[in-house]
Amino acid sequence: MNSYLWFVGKRTLQLLAVIFFGVSATFLVTHLSPISPVEAVLGRMTARSNSAPEAIIAMRAALTELYGVDEPILNQYFNFWLRLFRGDLGPSLLAFPTPAMVLVGRAMPWTVGLLTLATLITFVVGNFLGGLAGYYQNNRLLKAFGIVAIGIQPVPYYIVAFILLIIFGFLWPVLPISGGFAMNVIPGWNWPFISSILQHAILPAASLVLVGFGGWFLGMRALVSNVVTEDYVTYAELAGVEHSTIVNGYVIRNALVPQLTALAMALGGVFSGTVITEQVFNYPGLGSLLIDAVNAGDSTLVLAVSTVSVTAVALAIFIVDLLHPLLDPRVRAE
Amino acid sequence: MFAVFRDLIRYNIEFAIGLVLVSIIVVFALLSFFSPVDPSLIYITIPDQPPSAQYWFGTNSRGQDMFWQLSTALRNSLSFGIIVAVISRVISLTVGLLSGYVGGWVDRALMFVNDIFVAVPIFPVLVLFYFVLRNDMNSFTLALIMACFGWPFDARLIRSVALGLKHREFTRHAVFAGMGTRKILLEEHLPYVMPIVFSTFMNNMLWSIGLEVTLAVLGFTNINNPTIGTVLYWANSHSAMVVGVWWWIVIPVILIVMTFLGLFLLAVSMNEYIDPRSRLRRMGA
Repeated sequence: MNSYLWFVGKRTLQLLAVIFFGVSATFLVTHLSPISPVEAVLGRMTARSNSAPEAIIAMRAALTELYGVDEPILNQYFNFWLRLFRGDLGPSLLAFPTPAMVLVGRAMPWTVGLLTLATLITFVVGNFLGGLAGYYQNNRLLKAFGIVAIGIQPVPYYIVAFILLIIFGFLWPVLPISGGFAMNVIPGWNWPFISSILQHAILPAASLVLVGFGGWFLGMRALVSNVVTEDYVTYAELAGVEHSTIVNGYVIRNALVPQLTALAMALGGVFSGTVITEQVFNYPGLGSLLIDAVNAGDSTLVLAVSTVSVTAVALAIFIVDLLHPLLDPRVRAE
Repeated sequence: MFAVFRDLIRYNIEFAIGLVLVSIIVVFALLSFFSPVDPSLIYITIPDQPPSAQYWFGTNSRGQDMFWQLSTALRNSLSFGIIVAVISRVISLTVGLLSGYVGGWVDRALMFVNDIFVAVPIFPVLVLFYFVLRNDMNSFTLALIMACFGWPFDARLIRSVALGLKHREFTRHAVFAGMGTRKILLEEHLPYVMPIVFSTFMNNMLWSIGLEVTLAVLGFTNINNPTIGTVLYWANSHSAMVVGVWWWIVIPVILIVMTFLGLFLLAVSMNEYIDPRSRLRRMGA
């Protein structure tokens, strides 16, 4: 157990470093840019109106104070961290004067829900079928799965989501293709609302599952086809242990350990995929918020979404990494 | 080299299919050099013509011949992928070989940086860069940024191979013969990791082209530079599917799926080729 605590300590340090560097980099990128947020906002606000020059100067002064850009960059940086700890990055422009963090907080459950649901389905189903395919190498159905997996896996998230959108939006319109729930239901713990949420989640989740499934399936199949050549598997077979017990108890379990490491490493990419998919289906999560923020030129909100994304993904990877030694009996035994 | 190719085509159906797909795509992309029309011009043909003998892939609502438009778009997308892959390969080779061979604090420091890059979700970061750079974001800047994020996985892979090479007899011989670190890495270790470099090259191209398509469809790149992504962007902005100009969307999607499938099959079969056990199993030995 001592070694596990040591591992947790080391990993926590790494987590803090990742968050620190990630958030600092996000800050630096937005603040070292040649484009000033004040001028960008001013340009947008005055584009469609004839404001008096005095009004523009007053607006510029107010915005400069709001963004605090007249201070030296180091001060801005410290202020940024202080405000981040207080969970307040300032008002957003997209929905002025709602704080950016409130918007992020509203979008967060959608993304987390979609991501968790899709990743769980993909990981469990992909690994289970991949394990079976690696063990029963002559099964026709599992071979067919392999071909499908190879066919879909390389296609980027956006294109798969787009194809689903075309199929279910234009050719066979049976599923809702936009939004998080129907407009005519009352949000709350009632069945119409929940079923509406589930229905709207089908297509985004399906595109994530379709893309993600192949990777786990192919990875697990390759791992298992190496494990089955091990002596202990041959021994178990000769000893007359049932095939299903061998597959589930000995083969898949052993091959699952490296797959869990892979899950931790893949989470960043899956998050990006979720964000992209959300945009296609207009799902009210972080992805759509980010795109809206960019289109509105809202630097506070862009900074907030990026910061939260970097932190959340680092945390998720951290949690998966902590689970890892617990599933590996070799580490537990130490 | 030719014998390897012959064996791959003969024993590996995936490689053969991948090769055919990629060849079609590459030939189509190369045709753009002979394009009779300037793909950046608009309204030079009759808009919204379905595919026909005159316009093989139809024309779009902006009055462009889709055949030449897509040919140029594919060329731009492919060369974008190649630029990203080359730059990120250089980074991952340097990091991987150095940290595997030198070890110690160099290894720890490089892998620490590596872990940070693995944990960063790339898409929000790219959007952030677009937000900051806006119109200064040309495809080369984008390629540079993506290359800076595309190396960590492969660096780890190369490092694991380099770790094994470090303790091999020939490395020790080279050290005793007085070869410097740079020379050992370049002349002794590099050839061993080249197969990995090739197969990750394709995967990296897939990854970067996919992200470019995504960014372009959202309008977050230079939308006047024809790539597969920007073609889809314009199709979306003209509501091509609703208007019924389906070929404007369906044909680029088919082309991009062909590209991805082809490159992926090549990468997979090359991966398998690197692992001699699976190669033998396939050849029936």
